[in-house]
Amino acid sequence: MEIVFLTFILVLSVFLGFELISKVPATLHTPLMSGANAISGITLAGAFLAAGTTSNEMASWLGGAAVAFATVNVVGGYLVTDRMLSMFKSKRSAQS
Amino acid sequence: MSIDLLANLAYILAAALFIFGLKMLGSPATAKRGNLLSSTAMFIAVVSGLISAEVVSYEFIIGGMIVGATVGALAARLVAMTSMPEMVALFNGSGGASSLLVGWATLYLGTSETSTFTAATIVLAILIGGLTFTGSLIAYGKLSERINSAAVVFPLQRFLNAGLLLGIVACAVLFCLEPSATSPYLYALLGLALVLGVMAVIPIGGADMPVVISLLNSYSGIAACAAGFAVGNNILIVAGALVGASGIILTNIMCKAMNRSLTNVLFSGFGAVKSAKAVEGEVKPVSVEDAYYILEAASNVCFVPGYGMAVAQAQHVVKELGKILEANGCEVSYAIHPVAGRMPGHMNVLLAEADVPYEQLVEMDDINPRIENVDVAIVIGANDVVNPSAREDSDSPIYGMPIINVDQARTVFVLKRSMASGFSGVDNPLFFGENTRMLFGDAKESISGVIGEFG
Repeated sequence: MEIVFLTFILVLSVFLGFELISKVPATLHTPLMSGANAISGITLAGAFLAAGTTSNEMASWLGGAAVAFATVNVVGGYLVTDRMLSMFKSKRSAQS
Repeated sequence: MSIDLLANLAYILAAALFIFGLKMLGSPATAKRGNLLSSTAMFIAVVSGLISAEVVSYEFIIGGMIVGATVGALAARLVAMTSMPEMVALFNGSGGASSLLVGWATLYLGTSETSTFTAATIVLAILIGGLTFTGSLIAYGKLSERINSAAVVFPLQRFLNAGLLLGIVACAVLFCLEPSATSPYLYALLGLALVLGVMAVIPIGGADMPVVISLLNSYSGIAACAAGFAVGNNILIVAGALVGASGIILTNIMCKAMNRSLTNVLFSGFGAVKSAKAVEGEVKPVSVEDAYYILEAASNVCFVPGYGMAVAQAQHVVKELGKILEANGCEVSYAIHPVAGRMPGHMNVLLAEADVPYEQLVEMDDINPRIENVDVAIVIGANDVVNPSAREDSDSPIYGMPIINVDQARTVFVLKRSMASGFSGVDNPLFFGENTRMLFGDAKESISGVIGEFG
């Protein structure tokens, strides 16, 4: 039943994703991509499971590395997106 | 109330915020807040992940986070806007690596037997994560020109790739039959996944990088999704699926902009062959001074930037010239082809960096119907996206690709370093056109020269 439940979530999220993104103007393609990229660092939430254990040393090391990689993705992704978006100005704000 | 329930409630909140954040990223006015919202969602998800994970030892978590945050923050602050595509590729690759590691580590956590379904999701996390990781590294190498950015094709490549895929399927099945952390098939899968990423990206040429980057972005989401199934975590599935879907949409937009199917981009080794007829004719060079006289009299000027503008770092002088022209009573616009540059929206970011208001950036479909009213189209470091062969020469490898029809403007200035063909290795008849004037030299210097004449 667990499998069906998770797949159910997956299917709905995919459809939602398609709906959300399909009308984005070309100007925002890069920030959208890097913003979405930052979200894919969500694996961080899963990496804690492995990194926080003491039962198996190998799992801790793999988990620790996973935490590091995912944090690079999250922190770098959001900061870079923010930096890019700060540069986008409309005509009004560019003049002021 | 159990901690697990609390964490799951927090995940629902995070998912909703992710969705709103992505939605707001779709409009220039709200995009910045959208990104902030999305990062808030990430914070909530990470904190509740930390609480619910029954963490007994914090050393590895804190160590990993410090290392990751330092690297990520430094990279994000220090990168030049022109190197943004390779930076995004690297961040993407690290997301993939993380999914691979989470999938792998899950094998050591199971107290009971790993079920076949969990084993299958672990295999997917490892495969897609590994593919994303090495694929992104190769994309990084190609984008930063550390390795040859042309398409790499060699004899028997398809056989090798088919063998690779067969090997992966075989190992995956054998592993799932008897999943364990010590299974030799696990190590085989890890290695093959990494090789797959390399093999998948090397046959793709530099000009097709916008497609590859968006596709890899999608993969990193799918990998997170697979890792979510492996550890049974809802938020990983939701967020991963959102990213996966958005990446696929961008990939699709990029493919359409080149009038090619995804399979064609991925497998054709485009740019490795030259089959189009050679173009002959005489180019008409123009001096900076003459360019000034023409621009001074123009009432409608359209800039068409390409990757060359990024290389020459010319976006600031372009904007300066645009401003001067506007002060001169001229209508100025910037026409951007969807695949100009090395990632989706690359040119938009550079021009935004130079303070060009986004209202002046026009898309291909908006400029083409009125291109005949443009007095001067200034092509800066763009080549394939303005190549009329795409319209006229059915033998050309880029035939059928929609282009910005600058050849139909009254006058075209092409800023070009020398007479070499573009990234795809295709000759461009635009350079020999009746109304085309070539302004040879470094784009930045040429434009500064014109600005000097106005001064």
